[in-house]
Amino acid sequence: MDNLQIATPEIFLLAATCAVLVVGLFTQAKSNTVYWLSQLSLVITLIMSLTQIGDEAVTGFSGAYTLDTLSASLKSWVLVLAIGIFLYSRDYVGNRKIARSEYFVLGLFAVSGMMIMVSATHMLTVYLGLELLALSQYAMVALHRDNGRAAEAAMKYFVLGALASGMLLYGMSMVYGATGSLNLTVVADILAGNSEVLSAERTIGARFGLTFLIVGIAFKLGAVPFHMWVPDVYEGAPTSVTMFISTAPKIAAFAMLIRLLVEGLETLSADWQQMLAIMSALSMIVGNLIAIAQTNIKRMLAYSTISHVGFLLMGIVGATSAGYSASMFYAITYAFTTLATFGVLLAVSREGFEADQLSDLAGLGKRNALLAVVMLLAMFSLAGVPPAVGFYAKLTVLESAVNAGFTWLAILGVIMSVIGAFYYLRIIKIMFFDDPVDDTQVSPASDVTAGLAVNGLAVLALGLAPGLIMSACIAAFS
Amino acid sequence: MTFELFIFYLFAAVMVFAAARVITARNPVHAAMFLVLTFFTCSAIWLLLEAEFLAITLVLVYVGAVMVLFLFVVMMLDVNVEPLREGFVQYLPVGILVGVIMLVEMVFLITQKYFKSAQFPVPERASADALSNTETLGQLLYSEYLFQFEIAAIILLVAIVAAIALTMRRRPNTKYQSPSRQVEVRKQDRLRVVQMPAEKRSS
Repeated sequence: MDNLQIATPEIFLLAATCAVLVVGLFTQAKSNTVYWLSQLSLVITLIMSLTQIGDEAVTGFSGAYTLDTLSASLKSWVLVLAIGIFLYSRDYVGNRKIARSEYFVLGLFAVSGMMIMVSATHMLTVYLGLELLALSQYAMVALHRDNGRAAEAAMKYFVLGALASGMLLYGMSMVYGATGSLNLTVVADILAGNSEVLSAERTIGARFGLTFLIVGIAFKLGAVPFHMWVPDVYEGAPTSVTMFISTAPKIAAFAMLIRLLVEGLETLSADWQQMLAIMSALSMIVGNLIAIAQTNIKRMLAYSTISHVGFLLMGIVGATSAGYSASMFYAITYAFTTLATFGVLLAVSREGFEADQLSDLAGLGKRNALLAVVMLLAMFSLAGVPPAVGFYAKLTVLESAVNAGFTWLAILGVIMSVIGAFYYLRIIKIMFFDDPVDDTQVSPASDVTAGLAVNGLAVLALGLAPGLIMSACIAAFS
Repeated sequence: MTFELFIFYLFAAVMVFAAARVITARNPVHAAMFLVLTFFTCSAIWLLLEAEFLAITLVLVYVGAVMVLFLFVVMMLDVNVEPLREGFVQYLPVGILVGVIMLVEMVFLITQKYFKSAQFPVPERASADALSNTETLGQLLYSEYLFQFEIAAIILLVAIVAAIALTMRRRPNTKYQSPSRQVEVRKQDRLRVVQMPAEKRSS
């Protein structure tokens, strides 16, 4: 029990969450106290974790927790995203019969789960952080209790998520059986043969476990063929929860993948490279082709997520540190772009009306030009059109795949993003060239408008100057 | 035959008998009680192996909590077991097949390669003043695994919050009794003695 102080952000956030939980009991259902307290605790935690960036890598809690550049910077991104998520979803949650204080409290718990996952270098910590995140998410999906579809989505998510956790645990137990340790650094040491001569039986056991670990990770990321839950959950969940699921947890899942596969099992990279390459190719094909046929915008974005997970995996396939940084950049910028997309959808929704069909966006350019421009930038970024940030993210990932000798995968990726451009550009066409179906004023609160404007500008500015984030991503893997 | 071996055979015999009765007993309550007996004898065997933490947990968790719940359900629901027994002979071959496969797998596991008993020598008997495994587990849990232990506690808290948020509904119109108000009620509040002239009996 050493180095307790390196976990101050997590300790503070958990304590603050418990305080918010209690305050939530004594506040009126209509008041925004819980919202502001949650934002305050997120901002303080963000400042704490920002000050940790650049510190030397230290481990604490008997190797269960690591503070390095990767964890400190990913944690800060998760927190920034969470602040955005809470801002955009405040009015949406308030207008519906969703338990308000519980929504924010569960969101805070999910954020701490992600922070724990990002810092975990012990398989038990990885699993527990993941469960903390997943349990909060299952509950958040079901929080809109009068909505049958939300309950159905929560049930599907819960059952399939439990199955995936089981797979992940089974894989961990096999790796433990082969190496005798749950600590990922020790596992890496043993598999590298540093401490003793490795028998063939041991590597077979570790490889067997690796397969199950990949199944678990692929499920959490939503990669084909473990993507079945994504469209149903995205469509059924309240839009604010869909936004939550599709943004920050992708960064946490990326960190989990890096910790398990790269830090723990890098010596088996020849094995996992092949599996990830196949999953990456399938995700890009299935995601992009099926998204074309969707008329529900949340369902379409679900398939879009699947295709982007394919791109994210493409960076890791090469098993080079340049590729890992490219994937990290991809994960962060993807999360930000999706945040803007769902932010606009939430702003267009109002009491008694869900903007979830493509036609609901018709004529948005005339109804609220600012929201339409933010959406335009987000769609350009998702499609990979310069100068939005998505273009640079795709470029670095493709470059790393080509350099690592996976040219076929890169070519497939380019073809698929051309196909994918169709359904992103269709949204732009609907927004600017179709006549509005209903002329209701779209006027979100002024802070939400400001947040969306900043978010849209960030998507553009990072595309023009990607070095701002890219340098941090490279620093995390050097 | 040492005394210890005798004890082992005794408990093992009781356990096999009780386990067989679990599936053959006609009365579901009897079956549940035989399952309790199985757990008890099993925990006795674990005690012989000096795994006292497992033994205590088995009794506390399975006998104390799970089986009580089980008995509750059996008694509350009044399950009609007769239809469940139909087709016993019909399904017997499949059952025997599954059983034989599992037996072969287990024998294979402990006699072949990685898990054969030669790979696992009999451990040294712990000395009387060494730490028991309950103490060892406790020490590990609160030192090396402190972080994980705390996260597990937070997960339980999330489960509580989620369960309450998903099931509790405030219904203002619900009719409910308030025992304290019922007790405090006075005669004057409810009973009104009305003075009225007596009616004459109509003839």
